[in-house]
Amino acid sequence: MQAANPTPPGFRLFRYAAPAEFYRLAGRVVPFVAAAAALLGAAGLYIGFFVAPTDAQQGEAYRIMFVHVPAAWMGMFIYVVMAAWAALGLIFNTRMSAIMASALAPTGALMAFLALWTGALWGRPAWGTYWDWDARMTSTLILLFLYMGFMALHGAIDDPRRADRAAGVLAIVGVVNVPIIYFSVQWWNTLHQGSSISLGRAPTIAAPMLAAMLVMMLAFWAYCIAAALTRARAIVLERERNAEWVRSLADTAP
Amino acid sequence: MTGALIAIVRRDLLLAFRQRGDIIQVLMFFVIVVTMVPLGVGPELRVLRTIGAGTVWVAALLASIVSLARLFSQDHADGTLEQMLLSGQPASIIVIGKVLAHWLVTGAPLTVAAIPIAVMFDLGFGPGCALVAALALGTPALSLVGAIGAALTLGLRGGGVLVTLLVLPLTVPVLVFGAGAVDAVAGGLSPAPNLLLLAGISLGSAALAPWAIAAALRISLE
Repeated sequence: MQAANPTPPGFRLFRYAAPAEFYRLAGRVVPFVAAAAALLGAAGLYIGFFVAPTDAQQGEAYRIMFVHVPAAWMGMFIYVVMAAWAALGLIFNTRMSAIMASALAPTGALMAFLALWTGALWGRPAWGTYWDWDARMTSTLILLFLYMGFMALHGAIDDPRRADRAAGVLAIVGVVNVPIIYFSVQWWNTLHQGSSISLGRAPTIAAPMLAAMLVMMLAFWAYCIAAALTRARAIVLERERNAEWVRSLADTAP
Repeated sequence: MTGALIAIVRRDLLLAFRQRGDIIQVLMFFVIVVTMVPLGVGPELRVLRTIGAGTVWVAALLASIVSLARLFSQDHADGTLEQMLLSGQPASIIVIGKVLAHWLVTGAPLTVAAIPIAVMFDLGFGPGCALVAALALGTPALSLVGAIGAALTLGLRGGGVLVTLLVLPLTVPVLVFGAGAVDAVAGGLSPAPNLLLLAGISLGSAALAPWAIAAALRISLE
């Protein structure tokens, strides 16, 4: 009676690995996520700028933290997600996984860059210097270089399938290295202030500040998901431009 | 398996010694880059002593990356590499053989060449020994990590610049611990933690990198 079951369990999971299915699903999801990013971003900035109290030591300048910290977290986190997609792409040989990895790279690079830029702007009033060769700043800079290397390698190979796989190997090598790089740079020099939020102990910042930070964190999450999915849809269209379903898409669209 | 390993190391060393100029070019590159630094920052020995270790390490990084171009490209161009991977021997063994040969003709000579340079930068006996030991322990990791980059960029246009872009960020730990060992001795501390970490990185890359190199070669040869 095996034949009575037309959909084996694994079938649904891989259904969205087909670019056409992914394109439709992502097209439906993106508007909601993008709207969530805009609403959460507006709410987070409002709480951060108007509700959260002025910091006793750093005055108003600390408010840049509400952009800086989420950007820094996303910059690191996206690299891990990107490497995970790349690994899935290499293991299962699914086209969509590699497309997701290459769609995430520019967003991750943007986040790392944003963390460095806002960090420089924050460092000037807080430490009296735009740049200091401390562990976290330096390792974020190296993370940005890793993103750039991934994109450069992907861009240098003409055949998209080979580019996906080569860049995937590089992403996995990079993700193994990131903790070692972080540790070594920390060994080398440390001056950065301790984390403002940690899971192990009670947060040391005021409740509205924490609220603003968490809302901004969610806003950054939503933005990154929306941006990556939109980019992935564009890559799908470009790669599948000769496929029947993309042609029919062009015919029906005004 | 050991037979294949020895055969590959022998073949690559033989090829390298038949083209001795290539080995000497890499050494010259290293020495010239190091010579440029005092000309840029001035001849004060006090300054040179503090930047000596870092300078030697950066030059060694660049020299070993520059030499990567030859690691696979000749064998790729004449089809030997493809035949090696088709030979039925494990790809990781072939890769280990090639990287070992590469280290013997670049990393090892660089380590020896660092001795006169340590004297020229007036590092002193203790820090000089630490520098040589650090280079001996760290350059294998440079060859291994560099080989991943060389395999990924095999046959690409502009491969030389691209491989630098890919490999340099990954070599940060080697640079940090390598220069750190020398600074530790100069500051009156033991270089052991730095040297042990360097050895650990080299051993870790020896265990993991061959798979990445083999996978990258397969992708590049498709």
